[in-house]
Parts: sequence; structure tokens; C-alpha cells
Amino acid sequence: MPNYRIHKTEYIDETKRVSFKYDGKTYFGYEGDTLASALLANGIHLVGRSFKYHRPRGIISCGAEEPNAICQIGSKKDLTEPNVRATELELYEGLEASSQNCWPNVKFDIGGINNFISPLIPAGFYYKTFMWPKSFWKKVYEPLIRLSAGLGKSPTEPDPDIYDHKHVHYDVLVIGGGVSGIIAAKMAAKNNLKTLLVDDKKILGGSTIYQNNENIKIDDKLSSEWLKNEIQEIKKLSNLTIKTRTSIAAYHGYNFLLAKENLTDHLPEEKKKNKIRQRLWKIRAKKVVIATGSIERPLVFNNNDRPGILLSNSINKYLDYYGVTCGENIILFTNNDSAYETSISLHKKGIKNLIVDLRKSASSELIKQAESLGIKIYFNHVVTNTFGYRKINSLEIMKLSEDGNTTVGNKIRLSCDCLGMSGGWTPMVHMHTQSGGKLDFRDEDQVFLPKENSEDQISVGSCNGDFDLENIIDKTVNKINKFLEIDNQDYQDTNIICSKENDTRNIWLLPNKIPLGKTKCFIDFQNDSTAKDIKLALKEGFRSIEHVKRYTTTGMATDQGKLSNMHALGIIADTAGVKMGTLGTTTFRPPFTPLTFGTLVGRNVGKFFEVVRKTSMHEWHVENNAEFENVGQWKRPWYYPKNGENMHDAVQRESKAARDSAGILDASTLGKIDIQGSDASEFLNRVYTNAWSKLAIGKCRYGLMLNEDGMVYDDGVTTRISENHYLMTTTTGGAANVLSKLEDYLQTEWPELDVYLTSVTDHYSTASICGPNSKKILNKLFPNLDLSDENFPHMSFKEDKLENINCRIMRISFTGEQSYEINIESKYGHSLWKMCIEAGKEFNLTPYGTETMHLLRAEKGFIIVGQDTDGTMTPSDLQMDWIVSKKKFDFIGKRSLYRSDTVREDRKQLVGLLTDDPKEILEEGAQIVSDVKSKPIDMLGHVTSSYFSPNLNKSIALAVVRSGKTMKGQKLIIPMENKNINVTVSDTIFLDKENKRLNA
Amino acid sequence: MFLINCPFCGERDQSEFSSGGEAHIVRPKQPTELSDDEWAEYLFMRKNIKGIQFERWNHVHGCRKWFNVVRDTSNDKILSVYKMGEKPPVNYK
Repeated sequence: MPNYRIHKTEYIDETKRVSFKYDGKTYFGYEGDTLASALLANGIHLVGRSFKYHRPRGIISCGAEEPNAICQIGSKKDLTEPNVRATELELYEGLEASSQNCWPNVKFDIGGINNFISPLIPAGFYYKTFMWPKSFWKKVYEPLIRLSAGLGKSPTEPDPDIYDHKHVHYDVLVIGGGVSGIIAAKMAAKNNLKTLLVDDKKILGGSTIYQNNENIKIDDKLSSEWLKNEIQEIKKLSNLTIKTRTSIAAYHGYNFLLAKENLTDHLPEEKKKNKIRQRLWKIRAKKVVIATGSIERPLVFNNNDRPGILLSNSINKYLDYYGVTCGENIILFTNNDSAYETSISLHKKGIKNLIVDLRKSASSELIKQAESLGIKIYFNHVVTNTFGYRKINSLEIMKLSEDGNTTVGNKIRLSCDCLGMSGGWTPMVHMHTQSGGKLDFRDEDQVFLPKENSEDQISVGSCNGDFDLENIIDKTVNKINKFLEIDNQDYQDTNIICSKENDTRNIWLLPNKIPLGKTKCFIDFQNDSTAKDIKLALKEGFRSIEHVKRYTTTGMATDQGKLSNMHALGIIADTAGVKMGTLGTTTFRPPFTPLTFGTLVGRNVGKFFEVVRKTSMHEWHVENNAEFENVGQWKRPWYYPKNGENMHDAVQRESKAARDSAGILDASTLGKIDIQGSDASEFLNRVYTNAWSKLAIGKCRYGLMLNEDGMVYDDGVTTRISENHYLMTTTTGGAANVLSKLEDYLQTEWPELDVYLTSVTDHYSTASICGPNSKKILNKLFPNLDLSDENFPHMSFKEDKLENINCRIMRISFTGEQSYEINIESKYGHSLWKMCIEAGKEFNLTPYGTETMHLLRAEKGFIIVGQDTDGTMTPSDLQMDWIVSKKKFDFIGKRSLYRSDTVREDRKQLVGLLTDDPKEILEEGAQIVSDVKSKPIDMLGHVTSSYFSPNLNKSIALAVVRSGKTMKGQKLIIPMENKNINVTVSDTIFLDKENKRLNA
Repeated sequence: MFLINCPFCGERDQSEFSSGGEAHIVRPKQPTELSDDEWAEYLFMRKNIKGIQFERWNHVHGCRKWFNVVRDTSNDKILSVYKMGEKPPVNYK
């Protein structure tokens, strides 16, 4: 096996050998490697296939910008993870990784045929081709495309790992631990500011930490040595927290940032167990220093995507940091000075290399050094083509014309096994723009720079466009002093020697004799968009960068265009003949690098996913086999199946028992609001449609609450407990909103009212007993209470004691039966329930759930807000005009009840429906029509509630129908998939129209 | 994510608050006197300004108090916070 690890570095521990599997084969690396560096050390460049043409692709970079080396980690159904960048993944013992987007394997990929038919699949191919016939998309095109494309596989079972969230507050957050970040953090922390420094790498130091060129020095030391000292210094600062392996994912307003800390991803499997895998930091910082550095640009020329073609600076890092050379015969292709550092480093390690430079000449110290070492430099030359299928083996260069627009002279063919490209540097302005910052464009080296730093955010270092060390340090120090309003002198006398010069010759699309249509000049490596695609989009009329991006998919891959966006913009600007600065950029959206769902969700999984509210009777319901229904956050018994009953049978039995003898319902979840104060009656007058002033103490009244637009909002029974004390009940789901609404009016519209509101929903448990035998059961529970209709009539309230515990008993009914609601402090709720059940045994007291409750009230035509109403129903629409006071001067929503729209006669109105076949049960939500032949069919309304009533032995339904009030007796049709159901409009009350049962 | 300076509790995270739309829309004292158009103006019409906007906020997961906020919607900066019933700061008119 070849070994490209050619020298020792302090970052690779050669005493700790690590074995790992890649595409099923076992390899070795060392502790300190990334998966990418270990693969390169084994001579592996080919790591994947491109998305569209399935071209072989190699590792191109050494960081977050990597578009090619993305892999699938692990193979377990619950732990596998797609789209992991090999350049960021730290190697650990037992790591299993495989390449993505290739079948059957990376070396022989059947989709590679797309490469040869590529003239047939231009930009927008999918949009243009797979449009017709329309029905083919879902069944034919999409499954086929997904089969051969797709990036990786998602896990199919729940993630077993633990994730965590942490909230922190700092005076200063510094993003990025390179030279400028370290200086900023030190200055802040030394001036008594609580500071957090985050960096996504394992160690601090950025790209300076492995710098070893003697032409770049600080205080007479190699810049890397100087920086190591600084790092030692800042580690001692008590005000400074340093978080490595931590990357900022999002920068939101008000300096609220999200960071992902990787805690175990670098550990071997057995050490990961029972540890928190990743932690999401939610950071609030008074001030933020952005020092995220810059990313080297590729160059756009024909066949610039072969394995073995990397960014020049990445070759340098693999060499000086990991001790790995990317080849043995390397060509560096550049338009600026930085590739010369790489060249000199390679040369020192004995790696043969030469330089192709777009510039006509250059003369910095660095270039003189390269020349003196005898490194061959082709100035004013351009790479026009590369060769080699699975790896580059040679390339062609040509001379550039004077203006750089064409090539001249003869081709020179050079052999190589690796090509480094450097198209200059792109400042990482993601954080700046995510925070709302705008950008400026600097023409001389074609970069977007942060504009007008706000008072609480600043960019320093190369993300601010300062590329040479002298500039980086001086400017950072000055800016930080000003930004933090401090006067730090630590770097006053720092002596910096930097022989690099910021002199580039920028050509976005390099010239070639071959027509563009026949070249493959890649811009977005992962999504396979080429210069030709961009030009085609422009030709087809696209102008906005946002449109070109979506049409060509440039910058839309998992790397989010970190390497490609600038070139796309540049080519658009050149082609359209406009200045690049005027084009703007696409939007930089979070996350900067992909986040796992686990990190975002944190601990809120499984039973912590959502709050669950249970009544104090809950355990009894569980023991008695209840099926539960979620109502808001509440778990409510839905029905209690007995002896293998299905839902229908259980509900029929429960409903019948409640009307024949007695039923009991856990009504604890109904919202309860305690209302007190000398203006309580006036307040109720204003919030309900009916009048409350004359309600006697000890009496109850049903109320309907509207929104200001006149639409029904909530309903419930309110009891007058004493002169200035009411207890209001609301629907279960509406409780919180009703309280908020009432508070809103009290605080903002009627602050003069003396009223106090307290939610007591959780304070009381409620058992509701109904049916002809309910009075007898109550009598057993409260033998001293006079239950006669004279003393305790319907809609009244009494207090009594149950074994010395106070109970509030309301005689109110939601079923139409004689009915009592017993309220007790919640801690006694379970006992109360059991005592009720015990007392009711001889009367077949049957516990019933929400489904039976709904059925029983539907028999009586009582509405359920939210089921029979949907925010567009007025009281009149519900045929409830009786509850709207004509006398009251005002109440919430009153004026809206006679707007031109609400008085329309043809509004949808609540009616009853009876099916011609009494056994036929309608589907809730079914549409209602009068004529199925006319087209389009005129929809008159829909079914809101539908049940089979065991007490009436027929199907009943409530519905909203246009002009329904006037349609009683009329025949209508419910068209279903296979048949039309005939129905007759009826009254909304199906049972006991005279309300005899209330006092039976 | 805003930091909102509740006039009763101090600076808190936006997640503790709920927004209640435009501020200083007073419920008419005599709704019955209003024409449909006038009532609709109160009921439905809201400004949606790019720039300085007066808003109602409720510290719903805190003291549950309503209060007013002056916010520049173009950059989300909260310029002023004041209690219900207090006059809006004149310098932002």
C-alpha cells in the first residue's frame, strides 16, 4: 500500500495507530488525522461521484467548504449519518465510512453514462424534460431520479444518541480561533470582559498554526511559534472560555447565536456510549467579533474537477499539519502569492513541483525565494485542460494573451499526479450577513467585504478582507480597541515580517480555444453546474442571481456554494457586462454547516417532546382500560372499551347508559377562570353576548363569547358564587386563549374595571354525573343536601362537604339529562371519582369519554366550539339568536353582528341532517350539494358532527349549509366517492325538544 | 431573536413574549354609532410599516402584562418600551 505520509508533525501522533473502514476496506491512519487526511495518506483521492454527471470526484479542500468528500458514516439503521464531510471528520478507531451517490461502487459507477450524454442534460434539464405528462412525475420520473441520485441515506430508526442544549450569556463572543480571533479574545478577556472564543477545529490557530515559512515572522519567530505562545497565554485567562470543535450555525438578531459543539464524534464507538453527542449553545453576547477567516477559491478551467485537483492551501495543510503529501509530482496553478508558500513547503520536503501563474510577473520576497530554490514558474500561463479518469495524470497549459481574454501560442503538456489551484481568497462573510450586515465590493481583488459594522458586531482578519499578516494584526488590534472601548497595548511593539503581497490577476472563467459548449468548467462541484450552465441561464433570460442560482442549482448543494458562489457571480457579471458589486449576492442563510436534527431538538424527544397534562383521575381511567384522546395538551378518556368492544360499540353502550340510568364524565379539563372584583358583573356583561347583571348568587348561566369580528370564540357556563365572585368555565382547548383575551381587554381597554382573573383549571377536579338516576347517586354522596328541584334547580349551585372536604356542586347539563358537576380540590379528585363510581354501582353508573359526550350533546343540538364552528360563525349562523342581548349597549363583537356581511341571509348556517337511510352515518367534513349534475357542482356546506344515536336508533348529523335556516325539510345530497347519500334538513335538536329530561 | 425589556420584569428573551399587533388602536366607545366602514377601519385595518412601528407586546410567559414597544421594522431594533396608558415617546412620531 502506498504511503504518502512523508514527515512527522506535532499534530499527528504516530504512536497511536487508528484503523478504519472506507467503502468496506480497512485502512490505517493516526490519531490527529481527519478521514480526508488519512485517505490521502493512503493515496486515495477518489471519494465520490458528482450529483448529475456522476463524474469521479476527489477530496478538494481541508475544511467546511468541501463539496466532494462527503460520506455516509456507519451502517446501523439508527446511527448512520449522511453528508458528513471527510475533511472535518476526525478519525477514530472503528470508523466506518462509505462514499455516496454512486452505484454499484465509486470506481465503476453506472450513472457515469450521464457524463457522456451531458450535452443532453443542460441546466434546467429536469424542469424542461420531466414536466409532461403531468401524471408521470409522481409515479415514474421522481422515483427513477431519486433512485439514481440522492445524497446518502437517512437513518430509518430513532437516534439513540443524547443531545443537549445550553443557554449562555457573554460580554464578548469571538468566532474563529485564528490569529485575529486569538488577539481579539485576549484583548477582551484581559480587559475584564467575560469572553467566549469558539472554533470549529480541534485546536486553535487557524491556518497560521502550521505556517513554517521563514519569510513570514512575528517578533523574530515563525508566525506559528509566536501564535502557539499566544495560545498558551490566553489559556491562562480566567475571563475567557475557549470552546473548540464548536461551530456557529446561525447568527440571529440581537446577537443571539446558535453554536454546535461536537463532544463525541471524534471518539471510538465504545467511548461514545452514554455521553452527550452534540450540544447546541444558545449564546447571547453583548458584542460579537467575527474572525471566521477566508476560503481559497478554485479556478474555473476545462476539466477542473478530476480527483487529484485540490485547493493549493489545502495541499499545504495536508503537508505541514498532517504530514501527508497529496502527490509526488505536483503542479500549482495560481493567480496570487499564496500558492508559493505551498510550493516552497513542498520543495523543502523534497516534493517535485512547479508553478503556473496567471500573472504576467510578480516580485514579492516569497516569489524570489521560490525562484532561488529553482522552482520552475510559468508566468502568464493558463491551464487549458487536464487528463486522467480516476486521477489527474497530466495537463495542458497555454500562454495568455495581453488582455487575458484568449490563449496564444502552443500547448505545453505537463505530467503530474496532483494539481493545486489558488484563485485568491473569499472572505467568509456569512456571519456578518446573517446578522443583518450589508456588503461592499472591492474591485482590486474582487471580494465582498463587510460594510458599516454596527455597534455590537465587527469583522476582523481575513474575513474582513485583510489578507497579509501585518494588516491582520495591526487592523485587528486597532479595531478591537475601538470596538470594545478599551486601550490595550499588548501588541504595540509587535514586529511583523510578511513577504506576501496582495496582488492578483482575477479571471473568473479562464480562456480556452475549445468552445465553451464542449468544455467542462465546473463551478459547483457537488451539483455539477458548469460555466456553460450559467451562460445558458443568462441566454434564456435569467438576470437575478437568485434566479440563476435556482435554475442552475449552483450553490444549492450541502456545501451551500462556499466554493462556487463567487465564480457564478463573476461569470454573470462578465457575461452581462455589469460590475460585480452591483449584482449583489445570494442570501447567506443559516446553518453555516449542516446541523443534525438531534442537536436542534436536544432533550425534547420521546416523552419530553411535548407537555402532557393529566387529570387527577387519570390513573383510574388507565386502570379501567380507557382509550385516550389528545385535547390540547390534555389526555382525555375517549371511550372505555369493555370485553373487546370496538369504539362504536363502546360509545353506543356508554350513550345508552347515560340516558337510561347514569353516566359519569371526567370534566376536569374544562378551563376554569376565577373572576373577582366589584366590577365582575359588568366585565361579564362586556365579554359575553347575554346579560349577567341580574344573575342571582348561587345561579349558573351559559354564555357565548365572540371575537370583535362577531364570530363565536368560546362558550361555557359561569356561576355566581357570591356578589363579586364568579367562576367561569371555558372549552378545554380554549382555556389559555380565553384567559389571555380577557386579560388583554382588562389591561388595555378597560383598565378602570376592578376585576381580577385567576386560572384555576388545575386547582379543581370535576366529576360530572348525568342521567335519570343522577339525583339518587348525588343523594348517596351528599345525604344532607336538599336535592329537590325547588331547592336545587337546574342552573344553580350549592356547596357541601364530602367527608369534610368542600365541594362545589353545579347542576348544569351538557347532555340534556339531569346532571350534576362536582368540583373538588384536585388532590381529592381521584378519591371523589372512586366514591362516585362506588355510589353509582347499583345504578349502572357508566364512565363515558369524550366521544359519548359529543354524541349526547349532538342529540340535543348543543354546539362544540371548534367542531361546529370554525371562526366564521356568528350566533345567528348557529341559530342561537336567543343568547344575544338586544338591550345591552355593547359587548365584544356586538357591532360586527350587523355588518353588511354578517346580516347576509345566505351565510352558512347550522342545521340538522337526517339521512334517508337511518343506518347511514355521514362523514364529518363531507360536502353538501343540492344538485350533482350541474358543473361545477355548487357546494352548499359541509357536515360538522355526525353520529349514530342509540337513543333515537338513527343516524344524526349537524352541518353548516348556505341559507340553511330556511331549508328545513328540504332534500340535499352528500356526494361520496362511490355513492350519493340523500339527506333531509332538520331541526338541530333531535331529542327531547321540550327539555323534559332535565327535571325528570 | 429579540431581547425585550419588559417594563415590569426587565430584559427577557423574545420566546417569553407574544406580539399583539399595532398599538394605540382604541376600541370605539360607542360602536353602535359607527358606520360599517368606520367599524371596519377599527376592526381590520392595520399599518404594516417598513420603519418605525408602534406595537403591543404581552409578557405571556412572565408577568402577563401588556405593554407598548417602538420598533424599527427595517432592522428590528427596539427603540423604546413603555407601559399601557402611557403616552408614546414623541421623538419617534
